[in-house]
Amino acid sequence: MAAIDGPAPGVAERARSRGWTETLHDWVATVDHKKLGLLYIGAGIVFFLIGGLEAAAMRWQLAFPDNDALAPDTFNRLFTMHGTTMVFLVGMPIITGFGNYLIPLMIGARDMAFPRLNAWGFWMFAFGGLLLYFSYFGSTGLYGAGSAPDVGWFAYAPLAGKAFSRGNATDYWILGILISGFGSLSGAINMIATAFTMRCKGMTLGRMPLLVWMMVVVSFLILIAMPPLTAAQVMLLFDRFLGARFFDTQAGGDAVLWQHFFWFFGHPEVYILMIPGFAYVSEIIPVFSRKVIFGYAAMVAATVAIGFLSFGVWAHHMFAVGMGKGLNIWFGAITMVVAVPTGIKLFNWIATLYGGKIRFRVPMLFCSAFLMQFLLAGLTGIMLASVPFDWQLSDSYFVVAHFHYVLIGGLLFTIFAAVYYWFPKMTGLMLSETLGRWHFWLFLLGFHLTFTTMHVQGLLGMPRRIYTYPADRGWEIWNLVSSLGVVFQAAGVVCFIAAIALAFRRRVPAGDDPWDAWTLEWSTSSPPPAYNFAERPEVRSRRPLWDQKHPDDPDWKYE
Amino acid sequence: MSQAVVSAQDTAPRDWTRGQVGMLSLILAETSFFGVFLVAYLFYIGRSLNGPYPEDVLELPLLATGCLLASSATIGLAVRELARERVARFAAGLFATVVLGGAFLVLTALEWQRLIVDHGLTLSTNLFGTTYYSLVGFHAAHVCIGLLLMIGVLALAVRGHVHRQHTERVDLLSWYWHFVDVVWLAVLSVVYVVGV
Amino acid sequence: MTRLGCALALLLVGIAARAAEPGAVQTPSIFAPVSAPSEAIADYAALVIGICGAIFAVVVALIVVAMVRFRARADDDGREPPQVYASNQIELAWTVLPILIVFVLGLVTARTILALQKDERPEGWLEVTAIGHQWWWEFHYPEYDITTANELHIPLSQAEARRPTFLNLQSQDVIHSFWVPQLSGKTDVVPNRTNHMWMEPTQPGLYVGQCAEYCGTQHANMLLRVVVETRDEFERWVERQQRPAVADASLADERALFERTACINCHQVRGTLADGRFGPDLTHLMSRATLGSGVALNNRANLIDWIAHPDHLKPGARMPAMQLSPAQVERVADYLVSLE
Ligand code: HEA
Ligand code: HEA
Ligand code: HEC
Ligand code: CUA
Ligand SMILES: [Cu+2]
Repeated sequence: MAAIDGPAPGVAERARSRGWTETLHDWVATVDHKKLGLLYIGAGIVFFLIGGLEAAAMRWQLAFPDNDALAPDTFNRLFTMHGTTMVFLVGMPIITGFGNYLIPLMIGARDMAFPRLNAWGFWMFAFGGLLLYFSYFGSTGLYGAGSAPDVGWFAYAPLAGKAFSRGNATDYWILGILISGFGSLSGAINMIATAFTMRCKGMTLGRMPLLVWMMVVVSFLILIAMPPLTAAQVMLLFDRFLGARFFDTQAGGDAVLWQHFFWFFGHPEVYILMIPGFAYVSEIIPVFSRKVIFGYAAMVAATVAIGFLSFGVWAHHMFAVGMGKGLNIWFGAITMVVAVPTGIKLFNWIATLYGGKIRFRVPMLFCSAFLMQFLLAGLTGIMLASVPFDWQLSDSYFVVAHFHYVLIGGLLFTIFAAVYYWFPKMTGLMLSETLGRWHFWLFLLGFHLTFTTMHVQGLLGMPRRIYTYPADRGWEIWNLVSSLGVVFQAAGVVCFIAAIALAFRRRVPAGDDPWDAWTLEWSTSSPPPAYNFAERPEVRSRRPLWDQKHPDDPDWKYE
Repeated sequence: MSQAVVSAQDTAPRDWTRGQVGMLSLILAETSFFGVFLVAYLFYIGRSLNGPYPEDVLELPLLATGCLLASSATIGLAVRELARERVARFAAGLFATVVLGGAFLVLTALEWQRLIVDHGLTLSTNLFGTTYYSLVGFHAAHVCIGLLLMIGVLALAVRGHVHRQHTERVDLLSWYWHFVDVVWLAVLSVVYVVGV
Repeated sequence: MTRLGCALALLLVGIAARAAEPGAVQTPSIFAPVSAPSEAIADYAALVIGICGAIFAVVVALIVVAMVRFRARADDDGREPPQVYASNQIELAWTVLPILIVFVLGLVTARTILALQKDERPEGWLEVTAIGHQWWWEFHYPEYDITTANELHIPLSQAEARRPTFLNLQSQDVIHSFWVPQLSGKTDVVPNRTNHMWMEPTQPGLYVGQCAEYCGTQHANMLLRVVVETRDEFERWVERQQRPAVADASLADERALFERTACINCHQVRGTLADGRFGPDLTHLMSRATLGSGVALNNRANLIDWIAHPDHLKPGARMPAMQLSPAQVERVADYLVSLE
């Protein structure tokens, strides 16, 4: 394209430059769900590296007491950007990306229901993310009180109001998240419409792969939970720019109202992040145990139950704000009830392992670690839900330990599993098993060094979001170990990046179905053609490829 | 599984089309959005530290409500006509909807003018002003979006570009419009009934 | 239960090892409670940890057994294992069992909440109003009409003469949170509302804690020190705080200098012209061990440093550098040091 107006170049040169610009054009202008999915995942991984470096900087500052490697405001910006990045620019795009990539393939469709909306969503997300990071350069504002936002990832009012947060940093936080939220919303609308209206012949709702089911539930959660965040952010924006009074405590506004709005979004949000992790595990564990998922119907029911419950528990983030006894008891109890459907899932995965022939390839390694880590994370969640205990633990490092266990031990491990599992399908290339194992073990070690210790720091009374701490509190050794762990995590991440880079150099072909799996995406070529399936498939059971491979003993006889 | 080129099959016959599912999803999200503003309004009733207070300045906007409700009916009729390929009647129905929706906006504008000029109530006056203008304003913004879309369809219809096969899309527009209408009923009962 | 709690406490505090020398700061472990509410929480926490620990052990055992027993062997015949789709009995079992556990846990939780969030106050309770500021604490004792900052003195509560302290928590600006782990759970300090919490200490000593809700730049240095004293010590302390500021005639010039600078717009020294409310009350400044809510020891050298550039010890502090000459700073410090 670019070559058209210029002086006529040599033929070879022309082909090369056209190739380059055309590839770029292909990716930028694409409406193909697979390319968009990869864009989402790729952007998510890039932001993960950035967020990880921010975390490493924080751990450097916290490694020693009274350290002054970072100025207080720098540190406060780092945890704000780290948390915001990891939740909104890492978790959200990666789960949207896998959903985009896999749902049409798994239900035998040729694209998402609204391909252009899909592309729009991605670019809104990308723009929002860049806007947030532009704050580092652009938000100095009138008072010179600028740089990145420093109000924490939940930006409690009135700290985030005009009076206490001058300059434009907080506005970048608001607008960046608000805009990138359109990506999640349009993704959710798309996934629901695709799953409900574009399934191939024979694929009843009861035969949809669990991943699709879970992404549908996630999409509903996004539709209901995201807009309240948008609304609350709009209110904050009105407060900051138009002099509205929503969270202005001088004018009778209520500081706790923001918390209710934020956590009405925030709690479902954590399940929005975790359920896709469950979804990958529910596809991967059966394949590597060589067994059908145990209790498909119970899994779907449990997911739906978690979805409903997640809207009734938000105030468990607010046990310390001084709610009445009744509310405290209610929110504590209903939060604990979430353990029941979550337990059902965990037990179903264990039952799937039971009696199988488990092959511990890299994706399965990550899933195995996930099972135990998520168990522990869930149980610390129960401790937090135990209201009086939470009066001690809230806003301490115990909470930081809890949510990194769910977000890393739960979500990130399953994302790694999913990357190792679907990478062959996405690119047609295998990832190195050796590097994968290095990645796994290094990251596992680093993760536990960093975050297991944080439980102790919390119990010893260390609050979160402090840029420094005195040397006499008995927290030193724990923090040092915590920080050391980051070295191993970073080494693990380097192996991960190296494995991906190497795969493109070595180009070991993967074949269509390297894991001997059973869902429809493995029936087409790797990578799948733009139209996905030459012929639209027709299915008779939940595991069409099992039926194909075992005509003597097909699934549909039993379901 | 015998066809090689499948286009009609891409959307296997289902009870719901993807447009319908998409619009319902959008409506769900919007409901949630308005829900938060409604909750904020309810929460702050009676908490303003200074006047003007709603009971002193608000008047039940019956005429505006009537217009909006009527416009829901007219767009419903219009869609029915389009399904029968009676494009002129369709355009007339749509035109009536636009007029009624426009009347609603004008009435809202008049009310705002009265509140701002006569009573000095702005977004920053007190909590009532804050919650009132943001809630009613977001609703009015949705009315504007709906009107713009309908004016677009009307222009196409007048030029003869709208036919029976477009019924589904126009129907989706009418769903959106009904939704805006229902939101108004919620706003009306919260702001003008519960809140005064 | 208490024993399990103690064991855990020993474990945690023990590893963090430090001999409890007098005057040394103790690790603010939640498992080293010295007050009725924090003891109740520690016991309850030990129970919750016990239940969750048991669940963890059982489920991890299940996972490990499944993985070890059913790993693919080298001599695998390549045949797929039997496919098991579901079992209603089993699903029912692992639905009902957690429900029962949750039910029990819920009841215990409700009971503990009701016991700790109580409305009735025993005879002889002490009222203190704590006000959070960016980034320091203000304390009022309405009963005694005294005001102090950052270091809270409260009396011991003994079985024969109970004297629990009830705090009214208010904020001057953003949300803070009052947390001294050994004395009580935390309660947020929210502008435009008054929260309540109580402590009933059973051992004299110095207990540290800090603001536990992120409140801006110096959230990390919004430290809290609570001094628990016997009845008599506490009464003596109150009596001293009630006196107006020391007026040492030999420091009249220094005092005049202080009264001429802008300090008085923000600070109060009872008995002088200084009656500002924005910063900590300085009437008995030297009765406090630390400066700037715990960032530095309270001595002449640090005072000079602080007055000359508050940003040096506490970057971002809401007290401006007053642009005094070094000599003036020294003289103001001399005056402040006299405020016993
Ligand atoms: C992926 C995200 C994710 C997930 C899945 C969870 C899951 C849970 N979380 Fe967590 N949580 C976060 C992310 C997540 N959380 C984040 C990010 C924060 C902090 C936000 C911030 O402040 O910045 C947080 C904070 C947080 C708090 C507030 C703490 C505070 O600030 O004071 C609480 C309190 O109740 C809580 C509870 C729970 C519970 C009960 C679960 C449950 O869903 C867990 C259920 C699972 C199990 C219990 C294990 C399996 C079950 C069994 C084996 C059955 C048998 C078990 C029993 C009968 C108990 N979480
Ligand atoms: C998915 C979510 C997620 C993930 C993955 C992480 C990952 C990590 N987090 Fe984070 N964290 C949060 C979500 C997450 N976090 C949230 C929501 C908060 C709350 C924020 C708030 O309070 O507002 C938080 C807060 C938080 C804190 C508390 C800050 C405070 O309260 O003061 C800490 C402290 O140690 C921390 C540490 C870490 C570490 C060490 C990692 C590590 O796992 C990171 C490992 C990754 C790396 C080390 C990157 C390696 C990069 C390279 C090697 C670069 C290579 C480069 C090229 C090849 C180009 N996090
Ligand atoms: C604009 C208001 C303001 C002015 C003017 C001001 N201060 Fe302060 N001062 C504060 C605030 C706010 C703090 C608490 C800072 C913190 O701990 O974060 C403080 C803290 C102090 C402290 C420590 C008190 C303690 O117990 O921790 C001393 C001592 C002090 N100021 C002395 C002075 C002197 C002397 C002057 C004049 C030269 C002065 N201040 C002028 C606002 C002010
Ligand atoms: Cu005050 Cu944090
Ligand atoms: Cu939650």
